[in-house]
Amino acid sequence: MNTCIKKIRELSADLLEKGEVEKVIGFAKGTIPMATSPIAIQKKQDVNKLVFNSTCGLNLANYVSKGKGKIAVVTKGCDDRNIVTHIVENQIQRDQIYIIGVPCTGMVDKPKIAALFEDEILEFSEDNDTLTVSSLLKTQTLKKQDYLKGNCFYCTHKNPVLYDVLAADLVEEQKLDNLFPDVDQIETLDEDAKWNHFENLTKNCIRCYACRNACPLCYCPTCFVDESDPQWVGKGQDKTDVNTFHFLRAFHCAGRCTDCGACVEACPMGINVRDFTRKLNKDVLQLFGWEAGLDMIKRPPLDTYRPEDPDDFIK
Amino acid sequence: MILSNKQKGYTMKFITIDKNNWTKGIDKSRETYQLFGPVKDENGCLIKKLDSDVQPDMGYYESVMSAKSVLFPQTEKILSASLDESLEDHHIMKRAENDYSPRAVLGIRPYDAKAIALVKLNFDTKEFQDPYWCDAYDVTVFVGLGITRPGPFDFSTSVGTGPFCEDDLDILLADLDDHYLAKILTPKGDAFAITCGFDTMADEKESQVLFDILRKEAEKNITSRVEINKLKDKTILDLHEADFWDDLAFSCINCGTCTYVCPTCWCFDIQDEARQKQAFRFRNWDTCMSPLFTRHATGHNPRGTKVQRVRQRFMHKLKYFLDKYDQGIMCVGCGRCVKSCPVNIDIREVCNMMNAYEKQN
Amino acid sequence: MENPYIPYPVRIDDIEIATEDKSLKTFKFVFLNKGDEEKFSYQAGQFAELSIPGVGEIPIGIASSPVEKGFVKFTVFRTGVVTSYLHNMKVGDIMGIRGPLGNWYPWDKLENKNVVIIGGGFAFTTLRSSIVYMLDPSNRSKFKNIDVVYGARSPGMLLYREELFEWEKRSDINMHITVDGTDDPNWKYHKGFVPQIVEQNAPKADKDTYAIICGPPIMIKFTQPSLTQLGYKEHQIIMSLENRMKCGIGMCGRCNIGKELVCKDGPVFTLEQINQTPKEY
Repeated sequence: MNTCIKKIRELSADLLEKGEVEKVIGFAKGTIPMATSPIAIQKKQDVNKLVFNSTCGLNLANYVSKGKGKIAVVTKGCDDRNIVTHIVENQIQRDQIYIIGVPCTGMVDKPKIAALFEDEILEFSEDNDTLTVSSLLKTQTLKKQDYLKGNCFYCTHKNPVLYDVLAADLVEEQKLDNLFPDVDQIETLDEDAKWNHFENLTKNCIRCYACRNACPLCYCPTCFVDESDPQWVGKGQDKTDVNTFHFLRAFHCAGRCTDCGACVEACPMGINVRDFTRKLNKDVLQLFGWEAGLDMIKRPPLDTYRPEDPDDFIK
Repeated sequence: MILSNKQKGYTMKFITIDKNNWTKGIDKSRETYQLFGPVKDENGCLIKKLDSDVQPDMGYYESVMSAKSVLFPQTEKILSASLDESLEDHHIMKRAENDYSPRAVLGIRPYDAKAIALVKLNFDTKEFQDPYWCDAYDVTVFVGLGITRPGPFDFSTSVGTGPFCEDDLDILLADLDDHYLAKILTPKGDAFAITCGFDTMADEKESQVLFDILRKEAEKNITSRVEINKLKDKTILDLHEADFWDDLAFSCINCGTCTYVCPTCWCFDIQDEARQKQAFRFRNWDTCMSPLFTRHATGHNPRGTKVQRVRQRFMHKLKYFLDKYDQGIMCVGCGRCVKSCPVNIDIREVCNMMNAYEKQN
Repeated sequence: MENPYIPYPVRIDDIEIATEDKSLKTFKFVFLNKGDEEKFSYQAGQFAELSIPGVGEIPIGIASSPVEKGFVKFTVFRTGVVTSYLHNMKVGDIMGIRGPLGNWYPWDKLENKNVVIIGGGFAFTTLRSSIVYMLDPSNRSKFKNIDVVYGARSPGMLLYREELFEWEKRSDINMHITVDGTDDPNWKYHKGFVPQIVEQNAPKADKDTYAIICGPPIMIKFTQPSLTQLGYKEHQIIMSLENRMKCGIGMCGRCNIGKELVCKDGPVFTLEQINQTPKEY
């Protein structure tokens, strides 16, 4: 990680000095343990604010917006695929963006680590695969592999697919026999149990929309939940309205979601929003052989019609 | 210090509550009181209405959400009307029926009670009283639990409250392993204790000494601080036009997390719904982080950009409120927003930055 | 405890199309309970929430005048969900009115003063209320000269046209009616934007002259320099602001400019007050 930080800083300083980009979007050190914060660096002398570690679970493609100048962005494999999606969906042009790709060794599941401690975590550090975490009451050494975020656990695209430069050597991709064992498990539930699972999942939702706002796909100028004329969804805590938000948002991400996990990372209530999006990712893979953000030329499956598209749902 | 009316003219007293008797007493109170308290689930701890078979988790460390929802639910039906034109009172709005039987919040943190005193400034004013909040307030007993192990995000002592602050509480409990020492602060608290059957008097002097020791010990363990001493002297316009807002707002994703977890954020939206022949008016928590919050029907938006909205939140809490009410800042230092913000925007840093800001000429 | 969220029930007594493009209609309401009319005692410059059960509420300036009894009037521009619904309602329909809300033009301070009223477009409603109030025989002697500059896009977009032309004929009020443009060869009033007409026709400032402005943010912005040029001081310029509102009683938190709440501390402010606060309106 340390060599990659050094490299990110060097590359950024160079880009800013040469005036090749207006700013570099990366991560800065947080004010509390296990936190990092997106930052835009505009001056060469500020590049030392940039960091990169296993707590950079947000997706920086979310901070890339249509603008005049060229910007550089630090991307993990999944963020990178969202940039590809942005390009395919005409949100940005390829030549507007300079990608500093970081081959990713996975991000950590912060709530899972926090749950090991009765009191608040005061320090967090990492050395390759070893995490050292301390609270007032105890210090624990953990293997990073055991505390990866859910999406990193099943990740098969750790390396950026589109980049101008790499901040570290490419890493070996994991080969999985089954990409979606978690979805399979929910699918085996009977109807009632399945419904209970989803009701239970969203029961603490406070509709802060952190999941939506942390998601690079959610760039609609007016989200359907915010539309008032006509109003599609009630604004209160009625279960039907809360679930409608989650279900529809997931469907809107079908064939576009890269499973970056930023939604889960952002949720203050610990909701595994990915239980919704993953099911659609699985369907899109099975029905159309499609994984989002790997191809800049092909149109996404829900964007196109082919005569051979599956149609058994029509009865 | 905001001294609530209910604390005036009552001589407080101390009782001890053996933990073996706690559950029995609490269960007894359920005949008279609706109980609210900390409940842990797989996603953390929340302050919730307790079902008859659920006990409050008094050993909890910190709740993700504050206790504000006890008086100010996230969604609350406020009015209703019939749309059936065959009825005489069709389209005439009336107050919705709500349950205002006595309530008690168990284990509320002292800073959350203080927050309720701050929120009261908004809902209970000279000109208007919000009947829903005020009615709920009037029937609620606040049973506080002193904080003996303050967390790293707790900066309550530098914003006018603290781990054993008594403001707006009816009872303050100190956890002493096998028993609670309870300071009964108001007649309302007294009535609750009597209903529970908690009546073992404790020596007043000794108990106060013990409370003072616990308070000092806990306060000593609070290392997180903010500086607020210079905020009063700055002008609103100078702070509003300060140079740090753009950088500060960059990472913000404009979710409503900070406002929803905040015990002092009171902003709300009013929404109508119609079902068959019945119309309802609801109020929902709202957030200044959302562009919809201020967007005119014409599309014009006075706070249409992210940086304007981020600035609004901090200016409201740390300057407008201070200037308007002269009751300190609109923050009790619970640290929930610091911990829950997905992008780690830290109010302690913002507060210190605002406090230190000097306008460049 | 009075519940400030419960509206007074009213019946729509009359609906009048107010502009040629039909985007504005004037609604006349009568209170279902006579006692409510007394409770709804208001001053020119205040607003109220028009409340339609199951649809929502909108804050609208009161267009009728305190001197007009037996009804209240509101002129409403069709723009959002509630106003669109309202535009489709019929005479006889029952709905609610909540108020009066907010402060009003400072009538005490304006006694024995010259008053210049400046309005643009459909923000002439509370100004109409004010003019009718000042011209009432029981009030006219309290004020010195009254000037009115009112402009709209075209003649057909002027609100309260019949009243305007009647006032035009009177000697105790100086009307300066203007339109942005018109093909009408018989148009006998001004042509041009409000700021320009103000500069050319409004009286020069002296310590006994106050200006009241109400209009879209852009008109307010461009009229200020005209008044400054005429010598008006910040405290002599009185403005009525609009912001998105919900509760109307200073609690829901969205309409603030700095620490002032437009719904409760306003909507009427002097330019002096506004200049000390962020211009978030």
